[in-house]
Amino acid sequence: MINVLEIEKLTVSLPKNADRLYAIEDINLIVNRNEIVCVVGESGSGKSVTAFTVMGLHDKRALKMTSGQILLEGEDITNASPAVFRARRGEKMAMIFQEPMTALNPVLKVGDQISEMLKIHTSMTASERKARVIRAMNDVDLPDPEMMYKSYPHQLSGGQRQRIMIAMALVMEPGLLIADEPTTALDVTTQANILRLIKEIQRRRGMGVLFITHDFGVVADIADRVVVMQEGKIVEQGTVNEVLKNPSHEYTKMLIGSVPSMKPPKRDQVSGSPALITKQINKTFGGLGFFGKGRKVHAAKSVSFDIRAGETTGIVGESGSGKSTVARCVIRLIDPNSGKILINNIDVAKLKESKLRPLRNNFQIVFQDPYRSLNPRRTVGQSIIEGPTNFGIPLAEATQRAKDLMNIVGLQTDSLERFPHQFSGGQRQRICIARALAMEPQILIADEAVSALDVSVQAQVLELLDDVKKKFDLAMLFITHDLRVAAQVCDNIVVMREGEIVERGSTYEIYSKPKHSYTKALLDAAPGHKFFSG
Amino acid sequence: MSREIPLSSLDKASDLSVFQLVIKNKNVFWGSIILIIIILVAILGPFFALDPVSLNPMSRLKPPGDAGLFGTDQLGRDVYSRVINGGRISLVVGLTVAIFAVIFGTVMGLLAGYIRILDAIIMRVMDGLMAIPAILLAIAMISLSGATLTTVIAAIVIPEIPRVVRLVRSVVLTVREEPYVESAISVGTPVYLVMIRHVLPNTIAPLIVQATYICGSAMLTEAILGFLGAGIPPEIPSWGNIMSEGRTFFQLTPWIIFFPGIALAVTVLSVNIVGDGLRDTLDPRIARNMR
Repeated sequence: MINVLEIEKLTVSLPKNADRLYAIEDINLIVNRNEIVCVVGESGSGKSVTAFTVMGLHDKRALKMTSGQILLEGEDITNASPAVFRARRGEKMAMIFQEPMTALNPVLKVGDQISEMLKIHTSMTASERKARVIRAMNDVDLPDPEMMYKSYPHQLSGGQRQRIMIAMALVMEPGLLIADEPTTALDVTTQANILRLIKEIQRRRGMGVLFITHDFGVVADIADRVVVMQEGKIVEQGTVNEVLKNPSHEYTKMLIGSVPSMKPPKRDQVSGSPALITKQINKTFGGLGFFGKGRKVHAAKSVSFDIRAGETTGIVGESGSGKSTVARCVIRLIDPNSGKILINNIDVAKLKESKLRPLRNNFQIVFQDPYRSLNPRRTVGQSIIEGPTNFGIPLAEATQRAKDLMNIVGLQTDSLERFPHQFSGGQRQRICIARALAMEPQILIADEAVSALDVSVQAQVLELLDDVKKKFDLAMLFITHDLRVAAQVCDNIVVMREGEIVERGSTYEIYSKPKHSYTKALLDAAPGHKFFSG
Repeated sequence: MSREIPLSSLDKASDLSVFQLVIKNKNVFWGSIILIIIILVAILGPFFALDPVSLNPMSRLKPPGDAGLFGTDQLGRDVYSRVINGGRISLVVGLTVAIFAVIFGTVMGLLAGYIRILDAIIMRVMDGLMAIPAILLAIAMISLSGATLTTVIAAIVIPEIPRVVRLVRSVVLTVREEPYVESAISVGTPVYLVMIRHVLPNTIAPLIVQATYICGSAMLTEAILGFLGAGIPPEIPSWGNIMSEGRTFFQLTPWIIFFPGIALAVTVLSVNIVGDGLRDTLDPRIARNMR
């Protein structure tokens, strides 16, 4: 039997001046019928380049195939013409992408976009095509396909859009499906559903699936075989059980070891009086319009919680749950509509900016995106001492403090003279933590502070956050969508949905005895929770 | 520990100063050369030429070569010396308009982008200004206040301000949402310092580009006003005035209009070429949108 996809000794070179010679080097990879092969690796490992090269979608000016061959169902497509690639794409191989919003054309009805595939590849009549599209939409469990056929992408949810993408990819029943991080942009419960769907369709049709992911949890849930990539090379491959239970390569061991476990470690209850108390915070957006009333969103509804010094409280929830709104209200980047935020027994919720500014050193925030959190035009040192000098600390003292902090966050002191673009994402996040600590705050808010980082870097930054919390006796508010991360760092957890707190309790309670059905659903949906809870 | 990018492997471009980067662009280079020649001629030329306003009725409407390099006009004035003197006016108007429009526009744009109540007020006024044709507004203002160099400049500056305000406001609106600006706020940086340190530097590149376009269009507007007789007083030789006076003799003695016209076209063209080049190097995002 012929393999769906065979990649032999494939090497793709990078342009000169890149940080390495080859995007991928000497790749050997086979996808059989009826199996899901997961390619795992951190950013820059070459996993997406592999997928794009197979599809013939790589940037041909920058990336050159220098050796090796690609066989699609036995046919050599290594140097095939664009016309051949066009014919094979859709019919024999199809791809789904990470961002379903940008992968769909926003000005065409989704039904017509799927139908276009049939128009190009078959000679069906319009009514046959429509019937076929409706069937394809039924196959991916979309509700009311007749209705949905006429919808535009913006009218659908992220999960529905990804289902449309899958329907589009599979309408021609290709033998090979390439999925490039198809669930990374989705909420955890939606992700679980899409993973289940891909697996179910794959089994039903006996397809081969090449699944690109950075998440070992997803691998544990979906893969038959695993390929681990590091800096353009395959360092290990084998069946999912072999690789996950008995990784042989150091890098694989490190990656698997870095995946946070769903089992919260034993933690001592922190006692003492709360450093931060929030009472009944409400925040609505919109409602004001130039002509008539605009749409109103109640982003936070009566949110109350408190955090003691030395304690980490996590707010977990999916996108749109209001968790970031709460963080931004507490840090007063946005003004809550009502409620109290007590810090040192001062209610800061309604303070004017001029009254609030002298108190701002007490609470600091670390943002999600390390590439946008530092002003690219200012040196790291300037960014760090900006805060202390605002509070009248002399330059020399502030600089000394910045140097000390560089040591604490694990960077060299000469980093202070450099610019942010000279650092990696993880290092920038360390700088952001140093900047927050330079204010000597009592409360540190981490708003998805590790979500944009690779898993190995994520583990280090989490460790750093935990260290500084102990060292400076901070009260930490940890906002995350990732329950695995929350399990590792939080003492208490608050679960939010649609602006409301649905459940709260100690991390141990929440993970072992969730009460609310939504909490249970979240825990069930966490990728790889069965494998990684042990 | 994650990999640290060694300093030596950084983008080559960052080793060059902004000036070196910009001058590498062919448009900027050649545009600047032409512009520098024009500026030198405008500054130094008048010292070596005849008096542009001295009348010589004996040699009226003489073609180029017969009397002076560019001939003479209907009052026997030397067209060559009038054209190079007119260059001074045009360049002064272009430059001052660009500078003042940028200064006023930036201040208002920063305020509009950052303070919501002011935003509504300033932007509605700007919308109103933009709804009136620039020339019409300028003519109205000049006829109200009398034509001097200052009023002409003011009359050209005001209609140009909305463009700058819109540009600066849009930059502020995007930058103020950047986490680094929010971080600055949360470490207690006062609003004016947030503006100067974090927001203003982002507006400089697009502003330089915009300023060159304003400079070019201000020179054109000044010439149009002069041509319509609504600009700088006729005794001052500006390109618009020269062309306006030569209009009646156009079919007989085309050189009176031809030379200032060419001078105006070349100057505006070189300014715009520099502007295009600057846009391509300093502001790739706008360059893409315009293509």
